[in-house]
Amino acid sequence: MKNNSGGFREENAMSLYDLPIGKTALVNAIQAEGITRRRMLDLGLVPGTKVEALRESPTGDPKAFRIRGAVIAFREEESTKILISYKED
Amino acid sequence: MGMSQSMRTGLNSILSDVDKINPHGTLGINDSVVSSIYYAAESIANEVVSQKEKPKTDWDKKLDDILTSRVFGFPSMLLLLGVIFWLTVAGANVPSAMIADVLFWGQDRLTDLCNYLHAPAWFHGFFVEGIYRCLAWVISVMLPPMAIFFPCFTLLEDLGYLPRVAFNLDRLFKKAGAHGKQALTMSMGFGCNAAGIVACRIIESPRERMIAMLTNNFVPCNGRFPTLIALAGVLVFGMGSTFGATAIVVGIILLGIAVTLAVSWTLSKTLLKGVPSSFTLELPPYRKPQIGKIIVRSIFDRTLFVLGRAICVAAPAGAVTWLLANIYVGDLSVLAYCAQWLNPFAQAIGLDGFILMAFILGLPANEIVLPILIMSYLATGSMTELDSIEDLYNLFVVQHGWTWLTAVCMMLFSLLHFPCGTTLWTIRKESGSLKWTLLAALMPLGIACAICFLVAQSVRALGWV
Repeated sequence: MKNNSGGFREENAMSLYDLPIGKTALVNAIQAEGITRRRMLDLGLVPGTKVEALRESPTGDPKAFRIRGAVIAFREEESTKILISYKED
Repeated sequence: MGMSQSMRTGLNSILSDVDKINPHGTLGINDSVVSSIYYAAESIANEVVSQKEKPKTDWDKKLDDILTSRVFGFPSMLLLLGVIFWLTVAGANVPSAMIADVLFWGQDRLTDLCNYLHAPAWFHGFFVEGIYRCLAWVISVMLPPMAIFFPCFTLLEDLGYLPRVAFNLDRLFKKAGAHGKQALTMSMGFGCNAAGIVACRIIESPRERMIAMLTNNFVPCNGRFPTLIALAGVLVFGMGSTFGATAIVVGIILLGIAVTLAVSWTLSKTLLKGVPSSFTLELPPYRKPQIGKIIVRSIFDRTLFVLGRAICVAAPAGAVTWLLANIYVGDLSVLAYCAQWLNPFAQAIGLDGFILMAFILGLPANEIVLPILIMSYLATGSMTELDSIEDLYNLFVVQHGWTWLTAVCMMLFSLLHFPCGTTLWTIRKESGSLKWTLLAALMPLGIACAICFLVAQSVRALGWV
């Protein structure tokens, strides 16, 4: 069984919402619960998945991300619940 | 329980193993299962799937950079909407007049036939002046705008543009306590509100789905476009500009969107309290439109479907209207009697009794409101051939004393009033509740009366008419 899937979390982890447009990061943990969590897992947002921030709506929110080849938009409420590890270049 | 001892110890040892691996409950197991499925799928995919090199220009990105950008996102939406309506307004007039010519030529031939057969007057009236003429009106008024609007709209759908609209507008819907996907169900509503109501199934949260269903009516459906377009034409008549008429129609649609957001906000603060649920929306890649498919889908699945439904409703409605206009109680026809009775209230909201009566008789389908109004005006006034906006202008303004306020109030009432019978029936089916269905009918009616009343009274108080 793979280790650190699920509850594992880094200190001072960053959320997907804060990922600058055009940058790529790896998913660390999903903090959402219930249907939302289920939906995120269905989209393939499991720990270790590569996510790229693509663009934001004209009004600033939601933001669109590339996840496993598909482009998915999340509102702030959702993207702040996805923790990522991101290394600035 | 028929469980054997060995099975029970086996089960217990498995459960204790699970506890050791996953001390925080079942959630982690769910995640691990999904993760390992994805890892397995990924490794298989990496071995067997090969991808072509990326093309030099990423068209999706270039298009999205314009269509969802901070600067051009909203203007490009307005522009696309404007172009589609301009095409519909400018393109529909000529074919409408041609179809009307042919169908009314047919009416004359049917009249000749009735005369030749010495058919009784009621027979000619009921079938030719009632049913046939109402059908002729519905077809000539509705078919050309639909045959232009639906393919244009299907083209946008096929391109993959509609999810971008939801993406652009989501924040507004969130502020209104509604769901971003409501933008999609509203887009469907442009075609047909009943279809829009069914489309509300894509919204998972029951609260937001109900908001979307109750407000779908504020998007003018295809049955109301011809009415709005014709009235906009009457309004700018003499200025001879299709741009003016287009601007008015687009303005009405924007007003409809504003009312949708305002009513959604009010509902989410009162009857349907709650916090916005989650929002995940896929933005699919843009696709090359398949012209053949678009034509088949828009003409057969939509245009002919909606027209067919309108015809089914228009035939009995034409018959009923003719009967009401030709059955006399004292010196007045039943229709004129009803209209007279409704007139004081109708005048207060900027309409007249006949217009309000047309909206009531048009409950089965919005498409027939204008034909019913024309029929009831014609039945009580002098007979004219009606095949252009000019004739419509003569009938409404010259013969029945319309002002610009009448046209504006009728457009507002058409935009806001109760949903058609089919839509109400669909709401009943989808919500499973008579109470919500009643609200879906009475709330827009109340809003329509209130707004028309305010507009009519303030315009009159200011002395503008």
